[in-house]
Amino acid sequence: MRRRQPRYYGLMAEFDSPTAIVAATRRAYAEGYRRMDAYTPFPVEGLAEEMHFHRTRVPLIVLLGGLAGCLGGYFLQYWIAAIYWPLNIAGRPLNSWPMFIPVTFELTVLAAALSALLGMLALNGLPHPYHPVFNVPRFALASQDRFFLCVEASDPRFDRVATRDFLESLSPREVIDVES
Amino acid sequence: MAPMATDEQPPRVVNREPDIPPVIGPGHNFASITDKISSIALTRRTPPGWVAGFALAFLLVLMLGFAVGYLLIRGVGIWGINIPVAWGFAIVNFVWWIGIGHAGTLISAILLLLNQKWRTSINRFAEAMTLFAVACAGMFPLLHLGRPWLFYWLFPYPNIMNVQPQFRSPLVWDVFAVSTYFTVSLVFWFVGLMPDLATLRDRARSRAGRIIYGMLAMGWRGSARHWKRYEVAYLLLAGLATPLVVSVHTVVSFDFTIAILPGWHSTIFPPYFVAGAIFSGFAMVLTIAVPLRKFYGLEDFITLRHLDNCGKVMLATGLIVAYGYMCEIFLSWYSKDKFEWFMTRNRIFGPYWMVFWSVMLLNVAAAQLLWSRRVRRSPAALFLVSLAINAGMWVERYMIVVTSLTRDFMPSAWGQYAATVWDYAVFVGTIGFFAAMMFLFVRFLPAISISEMRTLLPQAEVKEEEEEAPA
Repeated sequence: MRRRQPRYYGLMAEFDSPTAIVAATRRAYAEGYRRMDAYTPFPVEGLAEEMHFHRTRVPLIVLLGGLAGCLGGYFLQYWIAAIYWPLNIAGRPLNSWPMFIPVTFELTVLAAALSALLGMLALNGLPHPYHPVFNVPRFALASQDRFFLCVEASDPRFDRVATRDFLESLSPREVIDVES
Repeated sequence: MAPMATDEQPPRVVNREPDIPPVIGPGHNFASITDKISSIALTRRTPPGWVAGFALAFLLVLMLGFAVGYLLIRGVGIWGINIPVAWGFAIVNFVWWIGIGHAGTLISAILLLLNQKWRTSINRFAEAMTLFAVACAGMFPLLHLGRPWLFYWLFPYPNIMNVQPQFRSPLVWDVFAVSTYFTVSLVFWFVGLMPDLATLRDRARSRAGRIIYGMLAMGWRGSARHWKRYEVAYLLLAGLATPLVVSVHTVVSFDFTIAILPGWHSTIFPPYFVAGAIFSGFAMVLTIAVPLRKFYGLEDFITLRHLDNCGKVMLATGLIVAYGYMCEIFLSWYSKDKFEWFMTRNRIFGPYWMVFWSVMLLNVAAAQLLWSRRVRRSPAALFLVSLAINAGMWVERYMIVVTSLTRDFMPSAWGQYAATVWDYAVFVGTIGFFAAMMFLFVRFLPAISISEMRTLLPQAEVKEEEEEAPA
């Protein structure tokens, strides 16, 4: 049985300015397209929101990472100082918690920062060396001075002709087929 | 009462300083910024000045390798350290380098949170400066261990010796503080670099460039969803790095304050060390920025506004440091502790009097030149002041370490300290290492954040009124 694989990835429209890409994304969303993405050389304010992408789980991951670092860091010191290698120095308490604060703090920050990096990469699906959008030669400008909107062929409303007509109506510089 | 602004016009921003230079030169667009910054890294022709500078720095790296090799063979006895000064240059250089790193994190994290747009063109190389400075700093405690190859004993790990670090010691805190600081700075720097690495990947003409930058960029394609998560992560990293800046030098100052030595055992040390760190760090930022903008023609991106602001931060932190000196002297007199008061008089008039007065001249007097706007807007003058402060902050750490240790309590336990040629070789060698790394960084990576510079342009704003299309 033949697997249903779209022959191409989608259609990509190229724009000149952040204002144009935001307007185009808004129109495309209003038109009913959902499986699409905008590609810009710098973070354009409000662009993700136009695709109704509002919340990310990065802060939650960082919070959990920080808590793990905090608890783990304290437990590490408590276990070493009070259980594994207790040193009785003039009867001072083994669980001398004020002395454990600096390392607990450092490990909290360390774990939270690493979770920010790894969480962001994981949610973004990076590293991702190959992606169909890279097949478009002009897409190299997406990291320089151009703004691209790509409607993917997997979108239920996608139709090669109608979608192309729609994208042309947004007055882009060019509409390009993206091969898969 | 002044009438409230009721019309839809935004209130006009009154520019109280009409001649304030802009954060970016006029006439730039997305393409020109991209081209200007990325071409430094992507050009095939290495400028002869770069080659000469790197060669000089690399000679010093070779000297460092030689000095460290000899140290490993003979042991730390080749340094000037002994009892009572068992720390010497190693701790002086450690504190100095760590302090220099602090400005990078301050610029990249704290100024980001404070929404200071002028940070944008200097944050990238300031962060690189942080990384290399912390790498230099880290060498000294390791080499001072005596058996540096056993450095991993500093970390808690399951071992058959059944011993573990003493977590009540500030020296163990230092291990965690410095390694966390280095790691978080590296993460922050790399996250900031990712979009620019993608730019270099897309612009590189050589196959090697495309492959290497491509692997480092990890397939970044500038998706709006990715940018959203990226910005959240970057902001959170800035929030995490902010307390870290304060904590690292605080922990470093604990190395001193937790000891009972006169001149060290003082609660003013943490804030005074943090201010000194930022003071010296901004001096190093200027020491790098002034030649960098001149040599690569980056005057449009690193404008007089940046130099002016760095000068102001240096002046402010320099005044805090000067206040710290005064406070130390006052409190040692006010405490009526005879050892403290003796230490103060010994520091000012004793055998190391030149050290004390150099600190006053370089850190306190030279910094006062920054009150003048003409000095703050003259690259050459700023460069000279920054060199003076770099030197001054090093001498300050020498003063703190050596004058306290050489004459503490019992005269029978007093001693003198003088560095040997090997001390100087390692110290100058790390300066060479730092310079060589900066040269490589400027040559192969974008020294200014390209994606963030683009957002400074007026074109980067999304204009709402243009898209009021009737439905």
